[in-house]
Amino acid sequence: MNTADQYLKAIYLAQRIEDGPASTGTLADLLDVSPASVNEMVGKLQDRELVEHEKYKGASLTDEGLERAHDALQTYCIIERFLANVLEVEEFREEARALESVIDDTVAERLDTIIDRPEQCPDCFDPEADHCELLEISGRAD
Amino acid sequence: MSLGQRVSSDNQLTRLLQIGVVLEEVVESRAALHIDSLPPEERAEFDAEVEELLVEAAAESADHRERLEALIDDLEAETVEYEEINALVDAQYGPPEDTDGVLYDQLANEETAYKFYDDLITAIEASDTEFAVDRDRLLETLSEIREEEKEGVQEVTEIMEHRA
Repeated sequence: MNTADQYLKAIYLAQRIEDGPASTGTLADLLDVSPASVNEMVGKLQDRELVEHEKYKGASLTDEGLERAHDALQTYCIIERFLANVLEVEEFREEARALESVIDDTVAERLDTIIDRPEQCPDCFDPEADHCELLEISGRAD
Repeated sequence: MSLGQRVSSDNQLTRLLQIGVVLEEVVESRAALHIDSLPPEERAEFDAEVEELLVEAAAESADHRERLEALIDDLEAETVEYEEINALVDAQYGPPEDTDGVLYDQLANEETAYKFYDDLITAIEASDTEFAVDRDRLLETLSEIREEEKEGVQEVTEIMEHRA
């Protein structure tokens, strides 16, 4: 997943957490980058009409941005579910975050052929818990 | 969240190689299922060329899997057994409608594998981490596999072109 998609996903999750525009501080925390980096990337995404940014309020996804964020979150859900249920990784949240930049959408699509993902994915993703609320964790150690 | 394509630990590398093994197992399993899944009338038309392609693809995936497993052994980790992945593929498998569908799926398999190894090589090269497995051997193995995946893409594409 490329950096732009990771930002779009973070904006989508931040909007859900904050129930409104995503603030720079929340995005910096979610992405583990500096506020300056967030502002720079949000500016680029705004130029590409994927995000609308309102001063002192924060960033909101446009319809096109929302669609891409949705796809990116779905890819992320596949990675988490694959790690948790196929490789049975206990620390699947942390590992999914570490791996998402190296796993391409097409690779995730193939992994999706062997996992059981709910139809409503990714709407069932819980941004506070950082995983799908319907994910059954086997509990087996890594 | 980790921004930027980089493999920065043995654990991360192990996980990516394990994903590579699973992708190969998926290819192997789907290729075998494709041969069995076609209805009799399609199977009669299922020429030797396509059947050979699938048999070769399954054998090549098994070979790639063994080479990845050797690297994973050096990282003192384990892989998911083929039988386990085969059962998961089987549970979700929807057979393609016809031979063209089989070829498209095979093309997607090869392209996905190529993209996976290409991204993995880039991410290893971008990192200065000293891994528990020899870096030269790691990159050499992955580059060889990537090359074979590239040839696989070309092979399927050629068959699709002259069947069109």
